Amino acid sequence: MSSTEPTKTREEIEERARVELENLRGKTLTNKMRLSIPVQEMPTQDPQVRRSNMSEVATGYTKSQAMLEAQRCLQCKNAPCVAGCPVRIDIPAFIARTREGDFVGAAQIIKRTNLLPTICGRVCPQEKQCQMPCTVGKSLGGTDKAVQIGRLERFVADAAREAGKDEIPEVHGSTGKRIAVVGAGPAGLTCAVDVRREGHEVVVFEAFHKAGGVMVYGIPEFRLPKVLVAKEASTLEAMGVSFEMNYLVGRTRKLSSLLKEDGFDAVFIGTGAGLPKFMDIPGENLVGVFSANEYLTRANLMKAYDREHAATPIYPSRRVAVLGGGNVAMDSARMALRLGAEDVHVLYRRTREEMPARGEEVVHAEEEGVVFDFLKSPTRVLGDDAGRVAALEVLSYELGAPDDSGRRRPVPIRGSETVIPFDTVIVAVGNESNPLIARTTPELRVDEQGHILVDEKQKTSLDRVYAGGDIVLGSATVILAMGEGRRAASAINEVLQ
Amino acid sequence: MHGTHRVVRKTQLSDEVYRMEVEAPLVARERKAGQFVIVQYDEDYSERIPLTIADADPEKGTVTLIFQTVGASTHKLAMKEPGDEIILLGPLGNPTHIEKYGWAVCVGGGIGLAPLYPIAKALKEAGNKVTVISGARTKDLLVMQEELNAVADEHIVVTDDGSSGRKALVTEPLAELCKRNPPPDIVVTIGPPIMMKFCAETTRPFGIKTLASLNTIMIDGTGMCGGCRVSVGGETKFVCVDGPEFDAHQVDWNQMMSRLGAYKTQEKEAHDKCHLELSLAELRKRDDKGNGERQNEGAAK
Repeated sequence: MSSTEPTKTREEIEERARVELENLRGKTLTNKMRLSIPVQEMPTQDPQVRRSNMSEVATGYTKSQAMLEAQRCLQCKNAPCVAGCPVRIDIPAFIARTREGDFVGAAQIIKRTNLLPTICGRVCPQEKQCQMPCTVGKSLGGTDKAVQIGRLERFVADAAREAGKDEIPEVHGSTGKRIAVVGAGPAGLTCAVDVRREGHEVVVFEAFHKAGGVMVYGIPEFRLPKVLVAKEASTLEAMGVSFEMNYLVGRTRKLSSLLKEDGFDAVFIGTGAGLPKFMDIPGENLVGVFSANEYLTRANLMKAYDREHAATPIYPSRRVAVLGGGNVAMDSARMALRLGAEDVHVLYRRTREEMPARGEEVVHAEEEGVVFDFLKSPTRVLGDDAGRVAALEVLSYELGAPDDSGRRRPVPIRGSETVIPFDTVIVAVGNESNPLIARTTPELRVDEQGHILVDEKQKTSLDRVYAGGDIVLGSATVILAMGEGRRAASAINEVLQ
Repeated sequence: MHGTHRVVRKTQLSDEVYRMEVEAPLVARERKAGQFVIVQYDEDYSERIPLTIADADPEKGTVTLIFQTVGASTHKLAMKEPGDEIILLGPLGNPTHIEKYGWAVCVGGGIGLAPLYPIAKALKEAGNKVTVISGARTKDLLVMQEELNAVADEHIVVTDDGSSGRKALVTEPLAELCKRNPPPDIVVTIGPPIMMKFCAETTRPFGIKTLASLNTIMIDGTGMCGGCRVSVGGETKFVCVDGPEFDAHQVDWNQMMSRLGAYKTQEKEAHDKCHLELSLAELRKRDDKGNGERQNEGAAK
């Protein structure tokens, strides 16, 4: 992997790809030839440099890399990749345009079904979606050999943005209908765009002071630059969507008041993740134990990394334990390094194979010096006299027989407890649902975990009220939330016709 | 994007205590006793500061906040002048459960007297006999006294230094009230955690129901960060969505106090630095006033 090679400069990477592309010019490429083109690796900042800055880690393909990578696509008639995409982007078509060097055209094809390609290209778990069924990957014996669809998506979306060809979607004439969208995260923003396009008036209500939801409070700057999120929100404003910030539906105004008194014809609830889950082990309320939500919100939304300007303090950590194996755990661990921690360990109960995090993030974390302690889970947080974290008592596991999901179940090794010194523990094991709207809207039906119950069109138990994203799904992904926002929008558009 | 709120009036009540009236019509209309707001002095760098609502005027569409300058953000907030915009989110938390208990004793310490007022008022309006105990380090820190006088059937004032009322801690008159026959039916306490802890210890032997309103560290205030968690009766609760009021006899006070101290070092540094800046700003303003401009009528109070 790239960690063993010295980091090449962008110019060197571009030059190598340009020469290869030149060699292919004028030839009729057979599938065999396409399969022999090497996977284009994502250029990144040097790990030793980036572990102490907040700039984006992956710097994006060069132009020739993108065009070369696009040549690896076989343009399969049955397009298994499209079936793997939650918003059904016409992937072969956009890759065909990319091959020709028509990047703006490629981005336009993506934008037909995905309004936030600069974001999805960066944060989607492509290896579990479009790239998983890719014929190229299958032929070459591994998903990591698949056509790098996500990297191409990011490249063309960035290219279109930089060319100023980020067109504002067309809005139909006014219908006189009004829609309230609760929450300015991926689900809400997607829904807002789609209902606005139909000509409905749209107001987005957001509790935070910035639009973007998890894309601004959760996903760090080094993985998703906040200017991209702000850009998407300003596109919505340019379409005529209005935003009411610092407005908590359920408290500032009841959901029922929006419908009954404020004249909204429909409401979409996309309030996202809620109460953070903890491990339910002794010592979790000691000072120095944080939910990943808190740790990342301080660092991202409140900009605690900017010690010069930001007023929000961040805990001074030297030895950090991160509990969990998902993207949020990776983000927390890598953020801790950037905030000055000397030693960051990720403790995960299973093994690398089962980690739900995006593959690239795990590799990046490792390159930056995050230590992975697999088959380990804490049993207790130990504190000092002042009530601050001093250590974790950790139990080791081994893999036993496969469970219902087909994964080998981790089995604790009796008597294997060891005490490891840590001063900070970040818990990244998921979220419960946000209880606020459900509690202040008793008629709304939720399941036992508090997730809002919806039908196949995202409609809730209440008339004219729809929901989607993490408040329905639990802890999911940006793209799945967008898919739900889109489905709800089309149902709303249909009902209001 | 909409969502900022205009400062209508600012009054400095003492060296470190400010009263601010802010335009927030929806919050003024929806808020109930016991609820709080989150405030930021700006969008980019401010902390999110949870502040209790001291009062609200639904007709004027304003809420009144009373706060003490503690860390960097409260100092910067104190530098806002009438006409400036701030960020305000609310009302947050569950309203106080108000009913006719009979005799209610409301114990407030320092800045905690501000959120105590709407609760005392609501208890009075619900037909309770209301006794208020106001406590502070010194006379200057006794806030909302006129308002509390207006709703209290009986008002006991104590200060640590005897500069106003009795020279005592709030627990002294509280213990006396508990010994009356019949004893109070409910006690509500808001103030520094150490004071609330000792109020809880005072009423515990008498078995009097005691509520405490907690002001913990929090970020979002909407049930997402978990920073505000406290242990109540052995269970972890979130102050922003489960509180802010809890059974004072069940709260793990020592844990709560150690969690509140998580950023003590940073706060201390910020306080020293910011308080100097704030004092300079106030001085400059007083100079301006000397030149004939009188915008902020309360600043010299």
